[in-house]
Amino acid sequence: MASIAVERPTQGAAGVSATARRIASFLLVLGCLWGFWELYRWVWSSAGWTWPFRVDASTMPHVHEILHALAQHPTSGSGQILAVQLLKAAGFTAKEAVAGFSIGALVGFGLGVAMSQARLLQRGLLPYVVASQAVPILAVAPIVVVYLGSLHVAPWFSVAVIAAYLTFFPVAINTLRGLQSTDRRALELMRSYAAGRWYVLWKLRVPAALPFIFSALRVSATASVVGAIIGEAPSSIQSGLGGYIVNFNQYYTLEPQNLWATNLVAALLGIAFFLVVVLAERAVLRRAPENVV
Amino acid sequence: MNRGLDGGSQTVVAISDVGKTFQAGTTALSGIDLEIGKREFVSLIGPSGCGKSTLLRIIGDLIEPSTGSVLVNGKTANQARRDHDYGIVFQEAVLYDWRTVARNISLPLELAGWDRRRRSARVGEMLELVELTGFGDHHPWQLSGGMQQRVAIARALSFDPSLLLMDEPFGALDEMTRERLNLELLRIWEASGSTIVFVTHSIAEAVFLSTRVIVMSARPGRISRVVPIDLPQPRRASSRENPRFFEYVTEIREALHLGADLDRQVAAADEEVRAQ
Amino acid sequence: MSSVQPTAIQPRRPGLLANRIGRRVWDWLPALVVLAVIFAAWQESIDLFHIKKFLAPQPTTIASTFWTDRGQLLRAGWFTFQEALGGYAIGCGLALVVGLVLARWRGLGRALLPYAIAANAIPIIAFAPIADAWFSPFSKTSKMVIAAVLCFFPVLVNTLRGLTSVRPSSIELMRSYAAGEVEIFRRVRIPSALPFVFTALKISSVLAMIGAIVGEYFGGDFNALGVLINSKSSTFDFKEAWAGIAVACAFGIAFYLAVALVERLSLRWVPSTSE
Repeated sequence: MASIAVERPTQGAAGVSATARRIASFLLVLGCLWGFWELYRWVWSSAGWTWPFRVDASTMPHVHEILHALAQHPTSGSGQILAVQLLKAAGFTAKEAVAGFSIGALVGFGLGVAMSQARLLQRGLLPYVVASQAVPILAVAPIVVVYLGSLHVAPWFSVAVIAAYLTFFPVAINTLRGLQSTDRRALELMRSYAAGRWYVLWKLRVPAALPFIFSALRVSATASVVGAIIGEAPSSIQSGLGGYIVNFNQYYTLEPQNLWATNLVAALLGIAFFLVVVLAERAVLRRAPENVV
Repeated sequence: MNRGLDGGSQTVVAISDVGKTFQAGTTALSGIDLEIGKREFVSLIGPSGCGKSTLLRIIGDLIEPSTGSVLVNGKTANQARRDHDYGIVFQEAVLYDWRTVARNISLPLELAGWDRRRRSARVGEMLELVELTGFGDHHPWQLSGGMQQRVAIARALSFDPSLLLMDEPFGALDEMTRERLNLELLRIWEASGSTIVFVTHSIAEAVFLSTRVIVMSARPGRISRVVPIDLPQPRRASSRENPRFFEYVTEIREALHLGADLDRQVAAADEEVRAQ
Repeated sequence: MSSVQPTAIQPRRPGLLANRIGRRVWDWLPALVVLAVIFAAWQESIDLFHIKKFLAPQPTTIASTFWTDRGQLLRAGWFTFQEALGGYAIGCGLALVVGLVLARWRGLGRALLPYAIAANAIPIIAFAPIADAWFSPFSKTSKMVIAAVLCFFPVLVNTLRGLTSVRPSSIELMRSYAAGEVEIFRRVRIPSALPFVFTALKISSVLAMIGAIVGEYFGGDFNALGVLINSKSSTFDFKEAWAGIAVACAFGIAFYLAVALVERLSLRWVPSTSE
């Protein structure tokens, strides 16, 4: 409708101040979270409330203690300060997650394409693609690691396989959905050119499915990190974040802040993966930022 | 029965000196004065960006004017909206998929607090009016575009508003369906005795339907010409072959082109000023 | 949406019951064939892939193990399912309420949505040990909390997106009837958000079950399924572990299907679900 005004984003100098405002609001939210944490801690511990749980130094360490722990030498580990150890661990986990993400994304895409091309294949496989996610992968992880180990596969790669297992599902489902939701008029146009099946697939269906695929990749990015972390735990891999979580969990009563610090790093790793995919998506699709949610 | 200009002894819509400037700085409308009488059928026509849809929404109090005032049935537009004085039909049918056709039509009645018995009786009447009896239990997506738009009209008329606002209601339909619905709309107008303000892009449609055509021009949106259509009532399909019909069409087309030329001259003058 | 569709007024014919059953069977036949092929291949080809029998026992072995220990396994599954269900109810319930609040005050919602999305990217599973530190690892509460947090963010994000991505003209129509904010929520925003919400509710059903099991991995009640699977596989009793995994899958799938059924019943009006 012509007469409905479109609010145009103000450009130029305003762009800088918009970024500044964003950063400010980000810091504000972080500050609020910090404040809320400490306030909750203070109210609950001074009032002696034990619902929903008892608040003390071990259940809710001070935020500054957690940050301080990053600069300390933990009693266990390689002797470097915690921040360095955790960054290395994050790098190790990231390696597993990237490998898992790549494998999973490729397999998922392949499955999606295959299912979109043959209805019979879709009927045969789709229920299992969905059901596969109900398998508690953590429980299967040790079995996978032992089995792949017997084939002389490096342990970190076994974990990558577990990460891939969590990654492939969203990609497969969304690839299928994306490929099936191509605009009918565009298909008819292709038909009028007498374009072949593969040409239509690669030149029309896949590009049109990209938004769907990217939204799956965003979910998968996080899932691959989750897969890497929970794959490490039962596989006795010490060098990744999962290993640190298991380790610090055992010493939790002594040094709770170490586990919190590890989880903080894990959270940042998850968000970093997510952001990388979002940036890749923006570069590829060049869409308005509002659509990237 | 003569329902020309003199049918409007009572004023339904009174617009005085209305202007609208959007936040981005575009002036959509300026200095609009218009009175619409009871049982009139007034069309707003003009190029894209002339603010005709904005004007319609200002009458309906969906947008606030920047300047000037609007009275509907002697009340402020806001009060009129609260009193359910008008029904509105958009270019899209805007039917709710989760409601059946019957429940879509009864939506405004629910909001106005009618009880169930009265509602269902009324819905039956409305379905009959738009010739969709038997489709009450269908869902909107099971209907064709023309049928959906008829449901939207039934919904707008269901609570018997004195004023019907229509924003290019048939713009998305094919020509055949459009002509059929035009006739149907005239029949409904006749039967319901309401006043209609109708936004359209189509000159022929405006002439065929209206008792008065308001020609608008863009940048800023303003009324450039008012053309009373004095074709015999009630109109029939054959009215389109009346020589007067073609005269009106030509007159409005020239008015539109004049407006467009004026636009171009203004734009050129602007350019010159900027160049200096 | 309501673009011009070629007339599609086909009253749905119920058809003969036998016909419908026949069609159902035909729909599911390929899936059943695949299942049979997988089982047969698994049963026969374990030697082929050098999979040691104790690692991946044959399906028949798993089935007979399940049958022998069905009492214990199902009890453990039910125990864990209760944790999952409790966490699901808490997490989804809270997310729906918060989603409604944030959609009502959209400025707040728009400001917080990026943070909800970022939180959704956090590997929440890593927080399972902390939930154990907050609540006793042997309580159901600690697992429910993990399941709840896992469910919370997908449901929140989808609820918010569903409630706020209503076509403007739908809202404009309600405003023309002078409908208030509450009426607009009740009659427009909530119904049109439901498909979004159900998508998240389905995903969350599986997440809740997995969350409970992962939570149990870091310690839990002796009767819990996760603990059982973990202890069996750490003593290399893999056929028991597999039977436990199968039970976990069954509960997870049943949960998912139950939510999908509710979706189907409550979204009959959505064109694609009412075929």
